[in-house]
Amino acid sequence: MATLTYRDALNQALREEMQRDPNVFLMGEEVGVYQGAYKVSRGLLEEFGPQRVVDSPIAELGFAGIGVGAAMGGLRPVIEFMTWNFALLALDQIVNSAAKMLYMSGGQIPMPIVFRGPNGAALQLASQHSQAWESWVSHIPGLKVVAPATPADAKGLLKSAIRDNNPVIVLEGEMLYNQKGDVPDGEHIVPIGQAEVKRAGNDVTLICHSKTLTVAQKAAEQLAEQNVSAEVLDLRSLRPLDETAILESVKKTNRAVVVEEGWPHAGIGAQVVDLIQRDAFDDLDAPVQRVTQADVPMPYNKLLERAAKASPEKVVAAARRVLYLE
Amino acid sequence: MTATARAPKDTAQAELHLRMLRQMLLIRRFEEKAAEAYALGKIGGFCHLYIGQEAVAVGALAALKPEDYVICSYREHGQALIKGISARAVMAELFGKATGCSKGKGGSMHLFDAKQGFMGGHGIVGGHIPLGAGLAFASKYQNNGKVCVCFFGEAAVNIGAFHETLNMASVWKLPVIFICENNRYGMGTAFERVAAVTDIVEHACSYDMAAELVDGMNVLTVHDATRRAVERARKHSHPTLLEVRTYRFMGHSMSDPLHGVYRTKDEVEEQKARDPITQLAAKLKDEGVIDQAALDALDAEIHAEVEDAVKFADESPDPEPGELFTDLLVD
Repeated sequence: MATLTYRDALNQALREEMQRDPNVFLMGEEVGVYQGAYKVSRGLLEEFGPQRVVDSPIAELGFAGIGVGAAMGGLRPVIEFMTWNFALLALDQIVNSAAKMLYMSGGQIPMPIVFRGPNGAALQLASQHSQAWESWVSHIPGLKVVAPATPADAKGLLKSAIRDNNPVIVLEGEMLYNQKGDVPDGEHIVPIGQAEVKRAGNDVTLICHSKTLTVAQKAAEQLAEQNVSAEVLDLRSLRPLDETAILESVKKTNRAVVVEEGWPHAGIGAQVVDLIQRDAFDDLDAPVQRVTQADVPMPYNKLLERAAKASPEKVVAAARRVLYLE
Repeated sequence: MTATARAPKDTAQAELHLRMLRQMLLIRRFEEKAAEAYALGKIGGFCHLYIGQEAVAVGALAALKPEDYVICSYREHGQALIKGISARAVMAELFGKATGCSKGKGGSMHLFDAKQGFMGGHGIVGGHIPLGAGLAFASKYQNNGKVCVCFFGEAAVNIGAFHETLNMASVWKLPVIFICENNRYGMGTAFERVAAVTDIVEHACSYDMAAELVDGMNVLTVHDATRRAVERARKHSHPTLLEVRTYRFMGHSMSDPLHGVYRTKDEVEEQKARDPITQLAAKLKDEGVIDQAALDALDAEIHAEVEDAVKFADESPDPEPGELFTDLLVD
């Protein structure tokens, strides 16, 4: 067990999987010579050479499609988007080619490809660079979607994604890259589709993923000071969703707040709430609350940006509402 | 075949030409039957016929090895038949049947046979062009000697994916042959109305890529040009852009009348006079490779094959209801 940053945990996963399987290669902008826009691919070009660490032009649609074609030809591409904001240009390939290939070919062509990169807002990058796309990609049958929050989960889920024979979307967090945590050495696999209780509690379940884990954990600490015992459930995977874990926790606490970085309309939280109202209706003591980004493009101004984002204070307030404390 | 002795090379060439004639006739008769079946409601959705363009698929695919990759747009019945999918399996797919080459889940626009290297019909204009380069990327990575031929229509040239892919294919020297089937119209829009550069072959200059302009109504010309491109890909791992000038005799899809409002009857008739099948048949008759009786016999044999495909498709079962949820993910 070593203490690693989220960035280095991802780097370790990539390195180990590339050592393990010669068909795994990394392609994207600045992944090679520049060592990665966020240094996730540091040292990989030197170790694996330019055939397996491929610097692409700025052409997301094109290189995502070349990745899909390479997967059709038997390789296991890892396609890095510098950020998911730019991956919008590649959505035709992700949705129309990667997600549908197996189905429309009647099961003939599996699609073992990973699309990864940072998702969601960092700091003051304004509207076009501060977007969380998980509800878009989670909408698509034929894709798997993971959003790790910790260095250990980042390593374990990326390894699972690379070994998966289906297209997997890995949503990383620019603000998470520097976070440190304990990461098991070597063969550390986190199965896709398993949520994890990151903090146990009895009074309310805070359901989160990716960067909002930190938000929920801070909220849980503040709630503890108010004698409220909050359980923090990290979804980790968004498709498939670990419905069992969500229902188990809600049946224990009878109250829930869903926290996400994305916009409220048709967001991940809406899907979670749909599950809870359908399968845990009789266990609920209050309507489920959601904390999301404000329903506006992200503003540049620091104060406005802070006001737009999910925060521990907003989560505490939502938890107090479901507890009828306000 | 005449009784006069031929040199072995001539014999091989005559056999190749006869095979290409047979393949073009198969596509023509297949598509005619598909149109009939569509009119009878046996085929649903979109159905884009290849009639008039047969020489492109046949000439190009004759230059390939069986293990090479072919990837196409949604006007791909012809390529599918020539790449080795049986007329039965293609027709059954058009009928949406469980015995179809994509188990009834793909339909006319998504024919697949991975074992034969037929990597699909794809429905978004230009969206499969990067996939073709990706297949070639995999071949080069695995050093397996396979090349990929990627077919698309001239309208795809206005799509960003075309330009992004040609650039990367050239930078990375991928063994891919881009065959642009220029049939003049993207649906009902004449290419010159929407393209600043109408000689598509010129786009290759922007990407430092070898290119040729090819008469797509002459199967032998298409074959020769593709052979040169395949050699360039296989020996030197260099991509090629072929602009193949062809013409579709039918409408864009089944809802588009034969001539439509975007082209004249005279224009269509003029092009029909250049029918690639008639041209090759006349040449082979002139050379004494085939006579009218043999040609009639060949046509009858193909008619029977296509009739059999329709019967097979018609009698095949629909997919089981449980198939709705299979093939979504693999383990």
